[in-house]
Amino acid sequence: MLYIVDRRKNPKGKSLGNRQRFMRRAKAQIKKAVEDTIRTRGITDINSGDSITIPGKTLHEPGFHHARRGGDRNYVLPGNKKFVPGDRIARPQGGDGGAGGSQASPDGDGEDEFQFTLSRDEFLDIFFEDLELPDLLKKSLKQTTAFRTARAGFSSDGTPANLSLVRTMRNSLARRIGLRRPKTAEIRDLEEKIAALQAKAEKRLSSKLTKPDEDTLHGLLADLEEAKRRMKAIPFIDPIDTRYNQFQQIPDPNTQAVMFCLMDVSGSMSEQMKELAKRFFMLLHLFLHRRYEHVDVVFIRHTSRAAEVDEETFFYSRETGGTIVSTALEEMKRVLKDRYPTDQWNIYAAQASDGDNYSNDGAKCTALLAEDLLPKCQYYAYIEITDEREAEIFSSAEGETALWKAYAPVARTNARFALKRVTKAADIFPVFRELFAKNRAEKLSGVKG
Amino acid sequence: MTKKTEPATAPELLFSGADWDFNTLKATYDAIEDIAINDLKLDVYPNQVEVITSEQMLDAYSSIGMPLMYHHWSFGKRFVRDDVMYRKGYQGLAYEIVINSNPCISYVMEENTIVMQALVIAHAAFGHNHFFKNNYLFKQWTDAEGILDYLQFAKRYIAKCEDRFGFDAVERVLDAAHALMEQGVNRYSHPEKPNLAAELERERERAKYEDETYNDLWRTLPQAEKDDEDLDEMRRKMRVEERRAQFGLPEENLLYFLEKNAPTLQAWEREILRIVRNIGQYFYPQKQTKMMNEGCACYVHYAIMNSLYDKGLISEGAMMEFIDYHSRVVFQAEYDDPRYSGFNPYALGFAMMQDIHRICVDPTEEDRKWFPDIAGNNAPVETLKEAWAHYRDESFILQFLSPKLMRDMRMFLIDDLSSSPHLEVAAIHDDNGYRKVRRALARMHDISVREPDMQVVDVDLRGNRQLYIQHTEHDGIRLEKSEAEMTLGYIGQLWGYGVTLQAVDNETGEILHEMNFTPEDLANT
Repeated sequence: MLYIVDRRKNPKGKSLGNRQRFMRRAKAQIKKAVEDTIRTRGITDINSGDSITIPGKTLHEPGFHHARRGGDRNYVLPGNKKFVPGDRIARPQGGDGGAGGSQASPDGDGEDEFQFTLSRDEFLDIFFEDLELPDLLKKSLKQTTAFRTARAGFSSDGTPANLSLVRTMRNSLARRIGLRRPKTAEIRDLEEKIAALQAKAEKRLSSKLTKPDEDTLHGLLADLEEAKRRMKAIPFIDPIDTRYNQFQQIPDPNTQAVMFCLMDVSGSMSEQMKELAKRFFMLLHLFLHRRYEHVDVVFIRHTSRAAEVDEETFFYSRETGGTIVSTALEEMKRVLKDRYPTDQWNIYAAQASDGDNYSNDGAKCTALLAEDLLPKCQYYAYIEITDEREAEIFSSAEGETALWKAYAPVARTNARFALKRVTKAADIFPVFRELFAKNRAEKLSGVKG
Repeated sequence: MTKKTEPATAPELLFSGADWDFNTLKATYDAIEDIAINDLKLDVYPNQVEVITSEQMLDAYSSIGMPLMYHHWSFGKRFVRDDVMYRKGYQGLAYEIVINSNPCISYVMEENTIVMQALVIAHAAFGHNHFFKNNYLFKQWTDAEGILDYLQFAKRYIAKCEDRFGFDAVERVLDAAHALMEQGVNRYSHPEKPNLAAELERERERAKYEDETYNDLWRTLPQAEKDDEDLDEMRRKMRVEERRAQFGLPEENLLYFLEKNAPTLQAWEREILRIVRNIGQYFYPQKQTKMMNEGCACYVHYAIMNSLYDKGLISEGAMMEFIDYHSRVVFQAEYDDPRYSGFNPYALGFAMMQDIHRICVDPTEEDRKWFPDIAGNNAPVETLKEAWAHYRDESFILQFLSPKLMRDMRMFLIDDLSSSPHLEVAAIHDDNGYRKVRRALARMHDISVREPDMQVVDVDLRGNRQLYIQHTEHDGIRLEKSEAEMTLGYIGQLWGYGVTLQAVDNETGEILHEMNFTPEDLANT
């Protein structure tokens, strides 16, 4: 007796519950692994999941087992080639006891490291956790691009619900005309004529028609038969006539944005500070990616000179030398002019710095901002990253840096410019939210539109 | 004038090419069943073949191969590990999973070729199925009728507990129970077979009367007899014996002991220990017969596939494909091969079954001397079926491993003594060595030797309720220390008071070393 059951349609992911429990269990390690990944991973990659590695020790399941070494034991092995009884073999050093090692502990599976893949949502969950985003926002950021349904012509197959009657009937009509399918009226007409002739015959005494009428009747009958045959052979609506409305998913809004990342990379920016900046840029990228279909990233770093660089250089190389912030702004101005015309691009910029600047440079920066950059930008955010301990010391004194002093007046007069201080990872999101708050965005679009 | 050269009844091939559909699957099954039942005379449960995707195979795989299982992070861990291994191509998926239930469920993957499906059906739906139904251990210890219902009950019960008491609380109990799973089986006495209705009833009763049950640990009345200084040794000993009898000590089933006697556990916690214990018990026969079970299944699939070919039901190409799979499954690496990781149960099992077949049909003088009962009896399948029914790995090797096979596999025995600075070859495949090698190989397949000998031996009823657990050390082989410490911690969690683990020498009974778990440790976890 046999039953064959097709289980392929059963819901998959039966072990999802187990996976979630595993994630909960390994949370601390996973979080650390995600942090490491963020450190090494590009800003634009944040939108996907990732494979991570965590130490297996923390997930170990203990039990009472025999030790792998020590004591008196013996074991049988296959594949003797040269040994005779009494042969002595040096005890293998290290490892698991060499030849007999795996035998001594048949269940000991190596669990030193543990690699697996986080889904995009799992990854973002952990990424956001540090940033302390409210759940609602997490959801909207995790959502893939919103789609708008738009008509996209007609197709020859689809669901009945999408049947386009007008198109279908138009095709049907064309085909009927093309193949000369008789109209119902024509048949009725023939039938009437035949009936009239037959009635005429009945009226006559001989019940017979005259020769010409007889010929006409035969002609009509033959025509009728032909018409009926054609009618049967050529259907009113044929499957080839049917047309369905087709719809297409179009990402909405369908525009592009460019994001400028500006950073001071002189010696005073420590690794942790760059780390914080990177988190901010990642969040900004995620945010833009959600709103625009296409997002470009431009990295500009500066010391006393500025240059556009790739991401690797931006975050991981360190320069020495003085700090002249205006060089970065000049560079941005140049890139804007060369590659990103305002009518095609939404332009965002974020500048991260510890606030140091060459003493006479402030005014130049302010001028560049006010005259060249801000009129083109949707939004320009300045994040001042300060050391946690320094922040505590200076918080009361409102320790203003050179750059802060220069930028603060701009912020007061221009709604597209904002500045904030960040000292630790948890600050990033609150700052981010303040910078990109909804009403601010509305105000902005008012300014622009 | 024309003469037909071929008989009119030349059978048609069951299939050609690699693809399968439900019709070919059914036809193939029927042909296999015909051979299994009418030629090999196998005795099987009704079969249910389920077609699943590779992802579902991963799912099933990670919850110890059962279609229904309660949730636990360790299954998730297995899943993510297998998933990575599979996706990166380090490891293929198991070709099949088969469940010891009635009807016997075998999973086949949709990605398999039809040859592979035939192989899996012959292997699992007939080989394993016959073994499950007829081997004495499975008959005695498992209930093929009830297991799926029981797992359903277990899954619901644990989910309910998670709802009521929270993930963490349930996880703590399950973690501890899993650590003791190996020590949660009855090795000698007959356990009751779990029966769903009775289980539910018992669970309800337990919840109801839990509070009222009398537990000697909580006795606050003064002892009838005062501890006199001059109480003689005899009477003290008697009291200890009495106490041990009252708790059914010594008890080798640690989970059972804790379920019944741990003073502070909630009713639902006891129930979870019971569930883990029952599942451990259900799998215990599989652990003891791994090599035989796979050997039986390999022998059966090999016989059936050859028979299909002989009957002209499968093509030469299909046969080649089968032989390729088959030889990969029964491959045995030699000890100095980097691929070596112990004896492959498929290889050893299949080789032994083929060897017994040979002894029955075509014995040598040596075989007649070693196996007078079966040599030349010309009833290979009957002989094997007898063996499959009445042995487990250890006794099967002891009974049936032939000198020829030891020579073919070139087995040799290594002594690894702690007193010696080197290993020594104790025996090889020659006249002096056969019996030694065979005995040692049998011992390696004996679970009671491979797994440590643990028992609950005493409870300090009049003091701090310290629990005493004993590990009997054989041949000076100790426990893996860090593992033992962690496991002891788990026992302490369940017991709620201090636990002492004593290692004693199996010959002298002398206590070799001790490990302690105190309630303070508990507070720190």
